[in-house]
Amino acid sequence: MTETLTRPPVDTPPPPRQPTKRRRRAVAEEPGKPWMIHIPLVLYLLFTLIPFYWMLVFAVRPSGSTQLVPWPISFEHFDTVWNDIGFGVFFYNSVVMGLGVLVFVTILSVMGGYALARFKFRGQRVFLLAMLCSQFIPGAMMLIPLFVIFKGLGLLNSLTGLIIAEVAFQLPLSLILMSGFIRNISVELEEAAMVDGCSRLRAFFAVVLPQLKPALVAVGSFAFIGAWNQFLFALMFATRQDKFTLPVGLSYTLGEFNTDFGALAAGGVVAAVPVVLVFAVVQRFLVQGLSAGAVKG
Amino acid sequence: MRTRTWAPYALIAPTLVLMAVFLVYPIGSVVYYSLQRYNVTQPWKNGWAGLDNFKQMLFDDPLFWQSLAFSAKWVFIEVGLQLLLGLVLALIVNETFIGRGMARALVFSPWAVSGVLTTGIWILLLNPSTGIFQQLSQWGIGSPGTSVLGNPDTVFDALVVTELWRGVPFFAILLLADLQSIPKDLYEAASVDGASRWRRFTSVTLPHLKDAIILSTLLRAVWEFNNVDLIYTLTGGGPANQTTTLPLYVARQAVDSHNFGYGSALTVAGFLILLFFSIAYLRLSKFGSRA
Repeated sequence: MTETLTRPPVDTPPPPRQPTKRRRRAVAEEPGKPWMIHIPLVLYLLFTLIPFYWMLVFAVRPSGSTQLVPWPISFEHFDTVWNDIGFGVFFYNSVVMGLGVLVFVTILSVMGGYALARFKFRGQRVFLLAMLCSQFIPGAMMLIPLFVIFKGLGLLNSLTGLIIAEVAFQLPLSLILMSGFIRNISVELEEAAMVDGCSRLRAFFAVVLPQLKPALVAVGSFAFIGAWNQFLFALMFATRQDKFTLPVGLSYTLGEFNTDFGALAAGGVVAAVPVVLVFAVVQRFLVQGLSAGAVKG
Repeated sequence: MRTRTWAPYALIAPTLVLMAVFLVYPIGSVVYYSLQRYNVTQPWKNGWAGLDNFKQMLFDDPLFWQSLAFSAKWVFIEVGLQLLLGLVLALIVNETFIGRGMARALVFSPWAVSGVLTTGIWILLLNPSTGIFQQLSQWGIGSPGTSVLGNPDTVFDALVVTELWRGVPFFAILLLADLQSIPKDLYEAASVDGASRWRRFTSVTLPHLKDAIILSTLLRAVWEFNNVDLIYTLTGGGPANQTTTLPLYVARQAVDSHNFGYGSALTVAGFLILLFFSIAYLRLSKFGSRA
């Protein structure tokens, strides 16, 4: 995919008498001056991290304390949100929803992406166009008709319903991304396997799937994070507290003036830790995967 | 490989079914509801309304125009600032320095955080009694008890900064990915020709990023237009509807007033506006034609 880009620079040994100054000029990119990188980077890091730190501090210091570096750490707020407010249940619901969406989005986008990348079929352009257009549909604006449909199908207050709706909304973009990834995998190996007597399915599992691993990680984690963060559908379609997901539960602890800040912060930490961890692990794949060609379309 | 077969249809069948039930059918029914009086709390009034909802929206509802104007301002400012900061950030973390991997993971991390959680974090940070401004005033900077979210003069700025915190990483990630796909020999050739750093940026980097910038700004503009979570939870559209966007107005019609007919008419309007905007944007920016 990117082999051509990482070709090592042609290195000719410098003639011994050449001054080092000239040699440096030939190097493609001299590093920027340190202050040009470090000062803005540190400023931006502060902007990013202070809000996270503020939440963490509120979560682990006892009510009424205003210490900036809380010690000893107290877990009373976590106890409150997890057991009394019900974040234990919300957390479970969010995990189920996140994993459900991850599994279905990944499988369906591999299937559809493979169809788009490896076949030419009637209606292909219309299908692709419809999926691109679906990106312009405002989720907030689908609340009303979806509510009616969900009521008709008996899917209100069920995690299954939430999973299905979220999969339907995430699928188009994931499918397009996935077809880009699959197109980047060379057809020749697959064809060779089929000439050797593999069925298309076996050729797919033996040749394509192993090369698709970074794409699966990227699309799957996208799906998980999106589902974990879904708010409006969950707010509208889950009205019973035992079906709340974390964002919905969290939204009930909000309010600028009459809020238990400790509980809000502890709930926030519970909601943040899984996605931020997942993201920290996969962000490298995300950049690599997008760089491998999907953005260029 | 490319033969006539049923296989591709079987592969996209589940996707087609999902899209038909949860995207195509709802769009059709939104158009249908928009021509109806349909209020869950007043079922005895339900029935055919013709274009009444649209007439009310265009001629009799100042909040429609106000929310539309605010949406435009919101999208323009957010996308512009996110692109600018995202590009700078991408250029910075594309350089070689110690701890780069760690720095990337940290500055990108707000991307993974939901709108509701962002609201929670910033309410903690900005609260007047124990927030950052209170802390700063103890160190002699600014005045104590500043409530930026309750003050009509500062609420917009607070909202913009909060969304930037979460939105800049999106551009930084996409643009970084595209920066890494620029062939190194282009820079080498430019250096050999004696191009300065700035010159290499304007004549190699920017033209290469053009399509990615067009596409990401369009996606982001649509996304910011439709973005409800953050504003809904942070200001609720207030104070006095000052920060109500069109989708937020729709969501409130749906969730709070249960006025499905009128909300659907607003939805149709929003969808058409987005569609025309997108087509015009792609045409005007000459997407796909490399400079």
